[in-house]
Amino acid sequence: MKPAAFEYHAPTTVDEAVALLAEHAPNDGRILAGGQSLVPTMAFRLARPNHLIDINNVADLGKLTVEDGALCIGATVRHAQFHTPACNGVLGHLLTDVVGNIAHYPIRQRGTFCGSVAHSDPASEWCMVAATLDATMVAQSASGERLIPAAEFFETVMTTNLNEDELLREVRIPMLSDDTVYGFQEFNRRAGDFAISMTLVTYRLESGKITDPHIGVGGAEDRPRRIAEAEAALAGQTPGDEAFRAAADAAAAAIDPMEDHATNAQYRRDLTATLVRRALENAAS
Amino acid sequence: MATATNRMLGHLGDSVERLEDPPLVTGKGRFVGDINFPDQLHMRIVRSDHAHGKIKSVDTSAAEAVPGVVAVWTTTDIDDVPPIDFREGSDPTLALFRQYALARELVRYVGDPVAAVFAEDPYTAEDAAELVTINIEPLPVLINADDDPQDFKGKATTEAAVVEQGYGDIDETFASAYKVVEVDVKVSRHTGVPMECRGAIGRYDEARDVLEMYGAAKVPHRNRDTLCRMLNRPASGMHLFEGHTGGGFGIRGELYPEDVLVCVAAMRLRRPVKWIEDRQEHLMAANHSRQQRHIIRAAVAEDGEVVGLDDELYLDQGGYIRTHGTRVANMTTGTLPGPYRFPVYRSICHFRLTNKTPAATYRSPGRCESTFVRERLMDAVAVAMDMDPIAVRRRNLISLEEMPYGRALDVLGDSVEHDPGDYAGLLDQGLAQIGWDDLQKQLAERRANGEMVGAGISMFFEKSGLGPSDGAKIFIDNSGFIEVVTGGASIGQGFETAMAQIAAEDLGTDYRRIRVVHGQTNRIDYGVGAHASRATVLTGTAVSLTAQAVRAKALDMAAELLQTTADTLTITDGVVHSKDNPTGPSLTLGEIAEALMPTSKLLGGREPYLKGEEWFHIDHQTYPYGHHIAVVKVDPDTGGVEIEKYFIAYDIGRSINPMMIEGQLVGGLAQGVGGALFEEFTYSEAGDPQAVTFADYLMPTLKETPDPEILLTEDFPSIRTPLGIKGAGEAGITGAAGAIASAIDNAIGIPGAVTETPVSPQRLKKILSEHGK
Repeated sequence: MKPAAFEYHAPTTVDEAVALLAEHAPNDGRILAGGQSLVPTMAFRLARPNHLIDINNVADLGKLTVEDGALCIGATVRHAQFHTPACNGVLGHLLTDVVGNIAHYPIRQRGTFCGSVAHSDPASEWCMVAATLDATMVAQSASGERLIPAAEFFETVMTTNLNEDELLREVRIPMLSDDTVYGFQEFNRRAGDFAISMTLVTYRLESGKITDPHIGVGGAEDRPRRIAEAEAALAGQTPGDEAFRAAADAAAAAIDPMEDHATNAQYRRDLTATLVRRALENAAS
Repeated sequence: MATATNRMLGHLGDSVERLEDPPLVTGKGRFVGDINFPDQLHMRIVRSDHAHGKIKSVDTSAAEAVPGVVAVWTTTDIDDVPPIDFREGSDPTLALFRQYALARELVRYVGDPVAAVFAEDPYTAEDAAELVTINIEPLPVLINADDDPQDFKGKATTEAAVVEQGYGDIDETFASAYKVVEVDVKVSRHTGVPMECRGAIGRYDEARDVLEMYGAAKVPHRNRDTLCRMLNRPASGMHLFEGHTGGGFGIRGELYPEDVLVCVAAMRLRRPVKWIEDRQEHLMAANHSRQQRHIIRAAVAEDGEVVGLDDELYLDQGGYIRTHGTRVANMTTGTLPGPYRFPVYRSICHFRLTNKTPAATYRSPGRCESTFVRERLMDAVAVAMDMDPIAVRRRNLISLEEMPYGRALDVLGDSVEHDPGDYAGLLDQGLAQIGWDDLQKQLAERRANGEMVGAGISMFFEKSGLGPSDGAKIFIDNSGFIEVVTGGASIGQGFETAMAQIAAEDLGTDYRRIRVVHGQTNRIDYGVGAHASRATVLTGTAVSLTAQAVRAKALDMAAELLQTTADTLTITDGVVHSKDNPTGPSLTLGEIAEALMPTSKLLGGREPYLKGEEWFHIDHQTYPYGHHIAVVKVDPDTGGVEIEKYFIAYDIGRSINPMMIEGQLVGGLAQGVGGALFEEFTYSEAGDPQAVTFADYLMPTLKETPDPEILLTEDFPSIRTPLGIKGAGEAGITGAAGAIASAIDNAIGIPGAVTETPVSPQRLKKILSEHGK
């Protein structure tokens, strides 16, 4: 469990980092942020990058501010920075409710929000948050900046729309209006484990009817995404058991669950229905 | 001169702090990974990725060409090293199934060591290991022990042994039974997982012709003896050393291929050789355990008495038979009847090899499995007879009047002879403490309100203090410092503290003034190590007897010096003084030791030194007993199980340190919860292990582990030991799966629903949906 040999680079500016990435990406150069996924994978020798470009010394990447109606999360912002609300309003509380489900306390001190998003594990809470809330990913390369909507960003297991020479410099999550309600549910065998399935839901009420519903599911499929069928089942309805069950069933029917040696598709599908229903109940309560 | 007014700490029954802890909690521990020698090499094992196959060729040339690689070995390089032998001595009937240090001709599981790389640093060793190519011709893979056995090397079948135990006429009993109740129950493959992976360092001292191995644990003396037998060395030229050990649980400290390899390599390469296991290796290379399927039936009389028990089981031994031989089969069949009378009994164990990691003992071997199976059966009997589960157990418990209760069963070469104990009496105490009747009412109310909640019980007896003998030495120097030298082992359980407390009792000193030596084969000739809950029972009693002898010697010498008789003297805080006059003339133990030096003019006809060595011989093992009660809540939508409350009752006979005993029970329970709900080594059809990281092999964390309420009684000191001690190491785990399974059945209202561990959410959801819940 010793990583294969690699060359280590420690740039101090974004320009330097993306220049190094442009140079070394073709020869399996990778960005090292918190290292909580990459380093264990290297120890198993499942990943064996020839170059690691450590961005922890790049000062500009630590920003965590609200700009133009979005919370902007820089590439070296740690999970633990969400233990208390990172911004005012509903979004700050939502992220604080979610973060405690990410792995374990020591891991949250080191792991980064953008690192999770770039790694794109299907069971990553932040990936699901980004997908559900229509985040925008800011990709930076030596040739410039590119904005990628979440719906296009997550492609499949640990595969994103990022090009190999692009650094995920920032994730921007739109602020939520004060009348937005939300619910988050995750199920795993043990505290801190990868979710077998999880969901984040948000909606608002207009004249007592549900409007602008977002229902995101993670952990169950090869990537997190909003489930349009479930949102359609919910939109315009009065909050309550009937509407919530209809949306939950629609979500369960719409997903294509992953299977592995420990979990079959049927279990994940049933579980997803339960979690969506409970998340909607949380949101309404 | 010291006065006798200071409060002395650490006598029998005191929950004093552990002597072991200051270095461990301040980062000063010395685990095998912390031990290094100049010029050492690092070993990396190349393992089979085939579950079963013929080795056609192994190409080591590319690995050998890597700079920094000193040697790459395959089995042909060590063809004079015999397979790893059994701890209890050679056994010709099982010899064929032993494992070579490096696979010879065949590989038999994924993880089977095929080659060993020796290099200047661990990175180079791992780089080079990747370059070793192994050409395997695949053979049919056998995954299930209850499938038909296959050929083994053209000389036998994979059914290596059939172990049968029992007494009475089974056929007649079942033919005349009022009712026959049968269950088919499986225990999953799981094992003890120490915090610290294995490690070993071999070092050959050519100047003295002494071969040393560091990183020993559990049974250093027994492993020394096996290595001497295998490598043809005298015991005086082979020494094993135990450092700090991050948990044992039965699996750590057995003699494994890697231990043999570092020793052989140290001699042949003439450099120290260090091997540190990584977790992925550990989960496929260290002993697995537990996997059994039982088809068991009870012959029941009209009043609920189980008059006969008939069991047939399939034990999945994995690829080879390791150091334990058929020990788990023996303990399973020998302890299955548990605390119940069962006048007629038979258990037939099909001890079978498969193409999975070899299996052996894990904390409470045989009892954990058989208790789960038996308690599942007792619940089924209760349902079939329409009796309360407590009542059916009461009907069958061995009574105090029948004690000591012997059975014609063998457990590790010892015929089972239950220590006197009041099984029903402890049950009464336990049920009263937990408020069983009120609990039943509360649970019934909650169930009526739609919650899936329930309670379950599991009763068991334990075995501890396996004999036949152990000895100890005590030496007091002329500063009054006391050294207790044992052949015991410390795997994290608090051995040093327990031994110090026992010695302190007779030596009249503070336990903190005592140094306890363990696990060093060059300090004492013999040792039983730490397993089978025997260390405190056996080694502790030997320490007690030795302390008494040294006390007598000290008082004898002091009596002469103080011009009185020994019977008028006592020892307080290391000072010998008159019983009647504590502030009168006195001598410290150091002063007495000085008077007993070989050159002392006061020695007289005495043996020199203030020291002693005594032995303890036990005629039977001790049999402590207890029960577990679990209260669980099931989430019908997810299949998740939450343990709301947990209770353990246990009769220890006599406590040395109640805090440490509770620690043993709580730690054991954590592992019991793991086996009941989480931990499982699953395999693909092709024999690929699917749980080789902690992402797939689910150990319970603090959040999944209940904080149990414990009733620790000392109502029945063992009649086998002068102090009345019974073992404490395994009772926390033995009853767990049975109690949790029973509680789940009760919660979901489906009797006999749980037939298999671990009860994963997916398994439980399936059970619920099959029953329309």
